[in-house]
Amino acid sequence: MRFFIPQDTTALACGAEAVARALQAAGVEPVRNGSRGMFWLEPLLEVETEQGRIAFGPVSSKDIPSILDALETEASSHDLYLGPVDQIAYLASQQRLTYARAGLGDPVCLNNYQALNGFNGLKKALTLTGQQIVDQVKDSGLRGRGGAAFPAGIKWQTVLNCNSEQKYIVCNADEGDSGTFADRLVMEADPYQLIEGMIIAGLAVGATQGYIYLRSEYPVAHKLLNIAIERAVEANFLGENIQGSGKTFHLEVRLGAGAYICGEETSLLESLEGKRGMVRAKPPLPAIEGLFGKPTVVNNVLTLAAISSILEQGAETYQNFGMGRSRGTLAIQLAGNIKCGGLIELAFGVTLREVVEDYGQGTYSGRPIRAIQVGGPLGAFLPESQWDTPMDYEAFAAIKAMIGHGGIVVFDDTADMAAQARFAMEFCVVESCGKCTPCRIGSVRGVEVIDRIVANEDRDNNLILLHDLCDTMEMGSLCAMGGMTPFPVRSALAHFPQDFTGQGLGDN
Amino acid sequence: MDINQNEQQSIIDLVDQHKDLPGALLPLLHAIQGEVGYVPDSAVAIIAGGLNLSRAEVHGVISFYHDFKTQPVGRNTVQICRAEACQSMGSRLLEAHAKETLGIDYHQTTADGNITLEPVYCLGNCACSPSVRVNDDIVARVDQDRFDELVANLGGSQ
Ligand SMILES: Cc1cc2nc3c(=O)[nH]c(=O)nc-3n(C[C@H](O)[C@H](O)[C@H](O)COP(=O)(O)O)c2cc1C
Ligand code: SF4
Ligand code: FES
Repeated sequence: MRFFIPQDTTALACGAEAVARALQAAGVEPVRNGSRGMFWLEPLLEVETEQGRIAFGPVSSKDIPSILDALETEASSHDLYLGPVDQIAYLASQQRLTYARAGLGDPVCLNNYQALNGFNGLKKALTLTGQQIVDQVKDSGLRGRGGAAFPAGIKWQTVLNCNSEQKYIVCNADEGDSGTFADRLVMEADPYQLIEGMIIAGLAVGATQGYIYLRSEYPVAHKLLNIAIERAVEANFLGENIQGSGKTFHLEVRLGAGAYICGEETSLLESLEGKRGMVRAKPPLPAIEGLFGKPTVVNNVLTLAAISSILEQGAETYQNFGMGRSRGTLAIQLAGNIKCGGLIELAFGVTLREVVEDYGQGTYSGRPIRAIQVGGPLGAFLPESQWDTPMDYEAFAAIKAMIGHGGIVVFDDTADMAAQARFAMEFCVVESCGKCTPCRIGSVRGVEVIDRIVANEDRDNNLILLHDLCDTMEMGSLCAMGGMTPFPVRSALAHFPQDFTGQGLGDN
Repeated sequence: MDINQNEQQSIIDLVDQHKDLPGALLPLLHAIQGEVGYVPDSAVAIIAGGLNLSRAEVHGVISFYHDFKTQPVGRNTVQICRAEACQSMGSRLLEAHAKETLGIDYHQTTADGNITLEPVYCLGNCACSPSVRVNDDIVARVDQDRFDELVANLGGSQ
């Protein structure tokens, strides 16, 4: 009987290490797998039986003796018994492409990866020309999954077309948005999938060096990525003459240093070069003049992770998921005040209400949902009237909201939306790179003006001032940090005006 | 704040090990901070010399990033997540509680040198908020009691 207990950040944060130790004390050596992404069930213990893998969760170390007893007699009699893991509705109803392997085994075991179709995409890519690989990515309809949804194939074509001795592949693993953990889950549960995608990207555009720019807030992902890279080098999937092909690709992880703005691609490149993360004006595009002035592909973790299955299964398979111009799958991350939070991979088009009600099962607190913020700290707060919007880039843009990186943060009816609006401005104060005045100074003013409105000081004029300030930030900012901070602010004002009357419920 | 000779030597060694790396400054600063606990003022000239940068450039980079500290920090660093998902689960009350029980504000260290308190904006644990990071361990669903327990496990602090 094999036992599995994850080594993922959330599982560890919920006590997985103590569970592993309790198993060891009972004479069982568990496999440390990745998480399935059903985070409310972590630590999720899985046991391989004749009926397949069955699950118990959330378990604590104290539960181990009784679970071991139940396994001897009748597993289903245990209070924490969840049945066969792949029949849990939350998981069974998903369309997992990127996360197909997540949780199945030890994420840094190369044999495990290869037994589960790992490196099949790379093997195909090694038989193709760069242009043929780029064509497949174009045909798949894959759009950047980091937020801006730019077609990946077009970006790659630009880099391929550049004549340069040196080109780079940079993976954006800065995942700074609150409510997001999709990149983290790939890196912690299936890091070779990302590595494989980056090697293929290198083959496609003719780049021999890759960097993963990882936020320093992810120590577990850092450790696992470094182990995975080391093993991939040993097995000659990285380095010189990959699998005897004559092709070269080197890969290195670089840590960020706690700056949200370094998720913006040009700021990220500055940071990788060892500078302050000041946003660069575009043009030139990073694809033409990127890292150290060389042509550079900058893609999100999920974009690069999708590459291996596109190469393996063909562009058409990927293209067949989704709606309209949003092809493939969306990695929805359900977070905040939610009963069943986790990673939900579905084709585009599911509504927000289906996600929070059917998957999420409502709030953790048991109170009614009041507002939902989608797309990170620069995303709008959506009131109930907008929850039937399908999750598709264009449908969200139409209501002045964004899907971004797919993070959903749920707030119950105790949330003070004036305090949330104030926080949006405050976050911009803390994280602005400082290059443009509307962002750097406007956000400071924004905090002050919201404070005055809530304190009922010259209310009408201050409300006008706040809108003017938002206009200035939207129009006069170089990037979305200053340009979109007004979105959560304005949506809070529009949909929850009563919170700005000084009788809010919060403590701010 | 002066550094001792060992620290000075390890900074010189680290600069030496990193100086040929493309874009060496961030990895180097992380390495120095890992070794010394912070990036001392006296490191700036050594770094600038080794990487062929001006001191102003090195200073500029250190001050841009929230991670880099220019003063000694406590034996333990406790970060409280201030971002939205954690707010929706009560992190505002948690941070008030933390500041009060430790008797310090963010970016400060307890008088006994045990704990430095820092804000952080998301630890990627947003489905099981509120989140706290104690050194390299992330902890889920931290309420006030759990916070007190975590502090007690660090040997308490005033
Ligand atoms: C303020 C700001 C923060 C961003 N943060 C991230 C991030 O953390 N991760 C990410 O992949 N993209 C982030 N982006 C988007 C990147 O600039 C860029 O569009 C992306 O890395 C391109 O990769 P993709 O096409 O694969 O999505 C951010 C953009 C802005 C303006
Ligand atoms: S909008 Fe803000 S973060 Fe973006 S470039 Fe301008 S100052 Fe920097
Ligand atoms: S918002 Fe706190 S962990 Fe993500």
